[in-house]
Amino acid sequence: MTKRLDTAFQRMRDAKQTGIVPYVTVGFPASVEDTLAIVPAIEAAGAVAVELGVPYSDPLADGPTIQAASYRAVQAGVNARTCIDVVARLREAGVELPLLFMGYYNPILSYGIDAYARDCADAGLDGMIVVDLPPEESGPMRDALGRRELALISLLAPTSSDERIEMGTRGAAGFVYCVSVTGVTGARRELAKGLPAFVGRVRARTDLPIAVGFGVSERRHVEAIGKYADAAAVGSALIDVIDSAPPSERAARAGAFVAALAGARR
Amino acid sequence: MATTRSELPDAQGRFGDFGGRFVPETLMPALEELAAAYVAARDDRAFQAELASLLKTFAGRPTPLYHAMRLTEHAGGAQIYLKREDMAHTGAHKINNALGQALLAKRMGKRRIVAETGAGMHGVAAATVCAMLGMECVVYMGTEDMRRQEPNVYRMRILGAEVRPVTAGARTLKEAVSETIRDWVTNVADTHYIIGSVVGPHPYPMMVRDFQTVIGREAREQMLEATGALPGYAVACVGGGSNSIGLFVPFFDDQDVRLIGVEAGGEGIETGRHAASIGGGRVGVLHGSKSYVIQSDDGQILDTHSISAGLDYPGVGPEHAWLKERGRAEYVSVNDPEALAAFKLLSELEGIIPALESAHAIAYVVDTLAPGLSAEQTVLVCLSGRGDKDMGTVMEEDAKGMEADEAAEAR
Repeated sequence: MTKRLDTAFQRMRDAKQTGIVPYVTVGFPASVEDTLAIVPAIEAAGAVAVELGVPYSDPLADGPTIQAASYRAVQAGVNARTCIDVVARLREAGVELPLLFMGYYNPILSYGIDAYARDCADAGLDGMIVVDLPPEESGPMRDALGRRELALISLLAPTSSDERIEMGTRGAAGFVYCVSVTGVTGARRELAKGLPAFVGRVRARTDLPIAVGFGVSERRHVEAIGKYADAAAVGSALIDVIDSAPPSERAARAGAFVAALAGARR
Repeated sequence: MATTRSELPDAQGRFGDFGGRFVPETLMPALEELAAAYVAARDDRAFQAELASLLKTFAGRPTPLYHAMRLTEHAGGAQIYLKREDMAHTGAHKINNALGQALLAKRMGKRRIVAETGAGMHGVAAATVCAMLGMECVVYMGTEDMRRQEPNVYRMRILGAEVRPVTAGARTLKEAVSETIRDWVTNVADTHYIIGSVVGPHPYPMMVRDFQTVIGREAREQMLEATGALPGYAVACVGGGSNSIGLFVPFFDDQDVRLIGVEAGGEGIETGRHAASIGGGRVGVLHGSKSYVIQSDDGQILDTHSISAGLDYPGVGPEHAWLKERGRAEYVSVNDPEALAAFKLLSELEGIIPALESAHAIAYVVDTLAPGLSAEQTVLVCLSGRGDKDMGTVMEEDAKGMEADEAAEAR
């Protein structure tokens, strides 16, 4: 539900904190049991929401790290149905964190747009980012999700014109996701130079919370982003942390990494 | 709703329910810019004159129409005419599109070109026009295709292009396209992506079609000149579908001309090892447009198989999906062994070594279509490219065949 997202972001704003939105590929690295352990750890570490990556065979906007994670999950048979089940199980386990899907359009189209919206809502999902669904093509999806009070998160890029930012923020729900770089996902050393100006152009057109993602990997990035946006999304860097952890420590390491990004004192 | 074909695609790049722009936001402004630049160039006489001049003096157009008498006699039916795209510079129809897009990129002030390639023919065409126009060229190619089409890898390098190996997935055309899109997402400010077929987001299916219809326009006139009539059938192989769209579209309004696309049946559609998107796929979204896609029940794009690297792709252009839905074109498939036999047949009977891609169209005509027709009827086939690049593949297949024969004799 969008309400859960609104509440979570409002809490961050009230506390004058920068939210962390971690990304984990469902079923990565070994099975959905990993996801079921990692998400509660991320919640305990203070994340504002979590993006659950729905694996896809051809993730066009992803760099090598998430491509590899997605490929492994697809090979292991993780599909849209599996991801929806994971959401339901996380809710049963008492996870209150806003849960978002991040994925691509074809598996949704294959599932059936309305059935997907219904099953996602029933499982307890709050919204989704569909990477290859720009505003021009998103009508049917937006309607189906809207009927179920799920947010279709708008993606904006540094290349977006002011006109396109208008289009993307009009009717947006939950928050607006600003892609920090002209490029694909993946940890980078430095944030893009033009980022504050780009986020400023978006800020001028919406009161919704703004999350900045792609390339974010360190606490100093989060601090910089916190000056002009509400939250930082972290994917590839977290995937690397999880992948390099011993199996029994994956959840704990993921939690510690998110806590460090959130600026928790040790 | 557009009622005539010439109004398609609409402003959103849709052919009926197919086509569109399913890409990350980062690319949307570039696609808008490209569509506007293309429409301006299309309507600019100077641009069209420059393209026409290069097609003639650089690419060697018009390509001939050839009456294949011995092949006709062998098939024992309709008269078979070949549109000789194999005689265009670089040995395939791909040069028509590469020239058009590179000129457009130059006009747009983009100095760097990226391209994907499967069989290597599009990569060679892109590398060729970049050399001629003095542009930087990077070609992405799956490592499996680099192995299968080794001579073309060298050709591209000699032409000054950088060939970047792609090691993801099945390491063929699908992965090469994905990787090229990623490069374009990253370098969109100074880079143009020359897509090699009528696939991808709008305006690519429209633009590539327009650059390839020179095939059908020439062939239509040449048929009229040679036979005094239009052909009864126009046949071409379909991977992404650029040579076939280029052949079909100028005949669209000639209702008596039947249009037949030949997909790659691989080891047989029923085995799952094929590349027939229309014959064995269902509607989905791949690489930015909605069309027929070879996919799993879960909507994951599947690996494909064809003896021909140029047809080894799990999608097909959205305009083909529209032609299929309207019933204006029919789509059939030919399996690897039949394509290989046609490759040898055309070489032996006519002294023309066809690309394995084109051999699929030849196989359908010789084995199925022509024998059922009378000697007064005519079939026009697009011979989309030459087969020199396929020697390695054919040698491998022959070696496999000989081993199998020896094993059979030993028993």
